[in-house]
Amino acid sequence: MIERLLGWLGETPWSVALLESLYAWPLVESTHVLALGLFVGTTAMMDLRLVGIAFRGVPVQAFTGRLLPWTHIGFAIIAATGVLLFYSQPLRYYHNVFFRVKVLVLIAAGINAFVFHRRAHRNAAKWGADAVPPRAVRAAGAVSLAAWTVVVVTGRLIAYNWFDCDLQPQPDWVNWAAGCAVGSE
Amino acid sequence: MLEPFFRWCESTLIGSAVAESVWAFPILAALHLLGLCVLGGALLVVDLRLLGAGLTGQPVARLARSARRWLITGLLTMVATGIPLFLSEAIKAYYNTSFWVKMITLPVALLFTFAVRERVAREEGGDPGVRGKVVGAVSLALWFTVAAAGRWIGFS
Repeated sequence: MIERLLGWLGETPWSVALLESLYAWPLVESTHVLALGLFVGTTAMMDLRLVGIAFRGVPVQAFTGRLLPWTHIGFAIIAATGVLLFYSQPLRYYHNVFFRVKVLVLIAAGINAFVFHRRAHRNAAKWGADAVPPRAVRAAGAVSLAAWTVVVVTGRLIAYNWFDCDLQPQPDWVNWAAGCAVGSE
Repeated sequence: MLEPFFRWCESTLIGSAVAESVWAFPILAALHLLGLCVLGGALLVVDLRLLGAGLTGQPVARLARSARRWLITGLLTMVATGIPLFLSEAIKAYYNTSFWVKMITLPVALLFTFAVRERVAREEGGDPGVRGKVVGAVSLALWFTVAAAGRWIGFS
């Protein structure tokens, strides 16, 4: 079902044009990578503050109030270009182990950020100026740092076809993780 | 003229080891990107502030002082991973225009960051004037060029 949908998506004229373009694809990909500096960069600076090892003299509210809008701009760029990249080769990415791990950890990072803003950050007035914030806040920062590290590393590794379905034989766990249909031929 | 040197680079122990390994280049490239994130974040916090955006309530000098160690952490990570990446494909790099654009702007960006930007940031307190804004904009432009040219090495 989803395979047929993605297969169809990958055969749409715009998808083919993007994948085969001389400059469009590299430009989209480069924008995706450079936006890392803005998105993950500002996220990491805020996380390091939450963990209590950077910018100890700057209140956390300054980060969430003044720097976060820039993080959001970075996210918009990186999400838009990411969707375009996926659109250029939907089926290949869908079956790419690194892409799958990346998406899962991406969701985890999103939940972590959501929970932080819904809970610990609510009473930031109490601890925002502390050089070392409370345990729950430090945990949220550490989880975020770890999650985005995994997202960046797996994101970079999507470029490699080591575990692709059309490169058989693969260990069973790889075919399971990549969702490859094997053994039916 | 420099080509023999680049050939030698690629023949070094590290160069050939990275080139022959399946995992080394991808892992180094991923770490290179992590360095980019730290460097980008540390630069932006201060450059945005110099431009009158971002953490506007904070004195520039204090932000710059706090960001400095992360700027250096990011830089060292990128250099430490960038050198073996380069060694593994030095000959390709020699014939790559983007590589040369990066290698010419990189020392300019480094010099500007540590000789000019750092001095200006140290003197700026509340609201940066024209000088601070120019320094912030030049810093962003220089590092953007380094990063963009760096990414384009793989495409050209």
